[in-house]
Amino acid sequence: MAYDKFTVLKSTAVPLPIENVDTDQIIPARFLKATKREGFGDNLFRDWRYNGDDTPKADFVLNNSIYSGKILVGGKNFGSGSSREHAAWAIYDYGFRCVVSSFFADIFKNNSMNIGILPVQVSDAFLHKIFSAIEANPNAELEVNLPEQTITILATGESESFDINGYKKHNLVNGFDDIDYLQAMREEIVAFAQKSRY
Amino acid sequence: MSSKPTTLFDKVWDAHVVRDIQDGPDVFLIDRHFIHEVTSPVAFLGLKNRNVSVMFPERTFATADHNTPTINQHLPVQDPLSANQLKALEENTSKHGISHWGLGNPKNGIVHVVGPENGITLPGMTIVCGDSHTSTHGAFGCIAFGIGTSEVEMVLASQCIMQPKPKKMRINVSGEMHKGVTAKDVVLYIISKLTAAGATGYFVEYAGSVFESMSMEGRMTVCNMSIEMGARGGMIAPDETTFNYIKGREKAPTGQAWDDALAYWKTLKTDEGATFDIEYHYDGAEIEPMITYGTNPGMGMGITELIPSAEDIDAGKASFAKSLQYMGFHEKEPMIGKQIDYVFIGSCTNGRIEDFRAFASIVKGRKKADNVTAWVVPGSHVVEAQIREEGIYDILIEAGFELRQPGCSACLAMNDDKIPAGKYAVSTSNRNFEGRQGPGARTLLASPLVAAAAAVTGKVTDPRTLIA
Repeated sequence: MAYDKFTVLKSTAVPLPIENVDTDQIIPARFLKATKREGFGDNLFRDWRYNGDDTPKADFVLNNSIYSGKILVGGKNFGSGSSREHAAWAIYDYGFRCVVSSFFADIFKNNSMNIGILPVQVSDAFLHKIFSAIEANPNAELEVNLPEQTITILATGESESFDINGYKKHNLVNGFDDIDYLQAMREEIVAFAQKSRY
Repeated sequence: MSSKPTTLFDKVWDAHVVRDIQDGPDVFLIDRHFIHEVTSPVAFLGLKNRNVSVMFPERTFATADHNTPTINQHLPVQDPLSANQLKALEENTSKHGISHWGLGNPKNGIVHVVGPENGITLPGMTIVCGDSHTSTHGAFGCIAFGIGTSEVEMVLASQCIMQPKPKKMRINVSGEMHKGVTAKDVVLYIISKLTAAGATGYFVEYAGSVFESMSMEGRMTVCNMSIEMGARGGMIAPDETTFNYIKGREKAPTGQAWDDALAYWKTLKTDEGATFDIEYHYDGAEIEPMITYGTNPGMGMGITELIPSAEDIDAGKASFAKSLQYMGFHEKEPMIGKQIDYVFIGSCTNGRIEDFRAFASIVKGRKKADNVTAWVVPGSHVVEAQIREEGIYDILIEAGFELRQPGCSACLAMNDDKIPAGKYAVSTSNRNFEGRQGPGARTLLASPLVAAAAAVTGKVTDPRTLIA
């Protein structure tokens, strides 16, 4: 599925300083019944965001209008658990384009990059600085520069670089996906697969 | 041929690399692709939008499990959204010529139970599925892991995914396990030591006498939960136990093909002197029946221990406190004796025949506690038939239990099998996340023996006190 190209993103951010945010929290299983990729943002963090009677929980960050933006900042080990890509879809559909954490679960990280969300892994210390900056000023902006592989807290100018492999970076910057690449090497794959043991 | 000592993981991985992209992932060939109703519809939609067909339909197998009811499976599925997903799977597989064991098919069951049961899973394969517990198949010496829906589409379109090669970890558990300690306890113990993120970025090989003496069912339980410590997957070298399990299963090779396969399978082990990025060593005799007290699978403890305090834990204090608050537990209190409301035995972790044998061994001659609602859910129709043939069904009925029909059931609460808010469930499944078994539900992960002990006493009980 096509997604927006990712180059430089300057935005305020939504802080979620909780560790081990698993994909069951990002989107509970009972909302995985669709056969199309539509409307998942409505149920992003459903059980943290809404009470049982569907009224918003006042103390959850997505219900606090002072926080907004295209960047979600989470605690360590973000996206653990179930492989449901619906978690990444919900984050994208809600309007986020980048998730920052000091550690990501593998499958969530892959799923995110496959749909055009940039996962930015920073050091524990830098993550703490981001949370502090947002706490001091909810309008504090971050700048995520994918070509340069840097993330900067604009208010203080503090910056850190992040890793991403060259192939994935090229895809995200150009809005390409893996299937485009694989389709182009179709004959090579068929030849390999036909020789394979299974 | 190089004589350099090689790990089991490298042998299997390297045989499947179609292309090594510089500064990028490997283009990695997938031998078997399992699909189910929840994570496949959008992938098929993607193929349609691209006007691309399935490259090797005979290498993909479909079953419906996540979203299926576990009672009255002969009736139309009540929930229209679930019914729609099941219909989509039926239509998509029919259109593309993919094998489909839907609801009502005698081969239907949980994807990670029916794959091995039918001999689809064979040593040395690469296996993926849009489900994180695909790691289960590693029990056969496979590289097997969960993928997202974009990757499901990729495998349908090209039989490949783009995958950076993970680092290698070996977990050795030697010695002998005590009575009342099962494969589930071994893996919960390992995860409690390594934490829920401790193996992220790694592929694990489990080695040592504890795994060598384990049944295939036990090995599947262990490999199944590899993802719960963040690992991409976990594998165990195939041996006679593996070969005996596979022989005679429907899709297993026969005749000359069997002999050829066997010769290859016997090469699938880590050579002496091969190195790993990291290794851990544990003593099987140190492990007691385990139970979790928190909201991730790393928050586990020996059943006779006390819940740790935040100071004992190498994790965020705020997250730890939030977790205990959700569970309604306190630091430094025992788990033994805590009243429970529900018991769930089943899932891709503990829904195989050996698990029900273990459950029945404690239930036999006892009665289900009045305060407990129990859901006994086989992993497949084949397991269900075994339960009846072996007399386990009669033991369950005699003790006041009912047997439900196969499916993922209360493991992820997509269907009607949801634990009510605030209630405590001792569950043989794999995740104790907040709301995993229903909004507000509180999950205590444990083995079938611990689940049985809870079911007959109505509280958390050390199963060793009930074993003759």
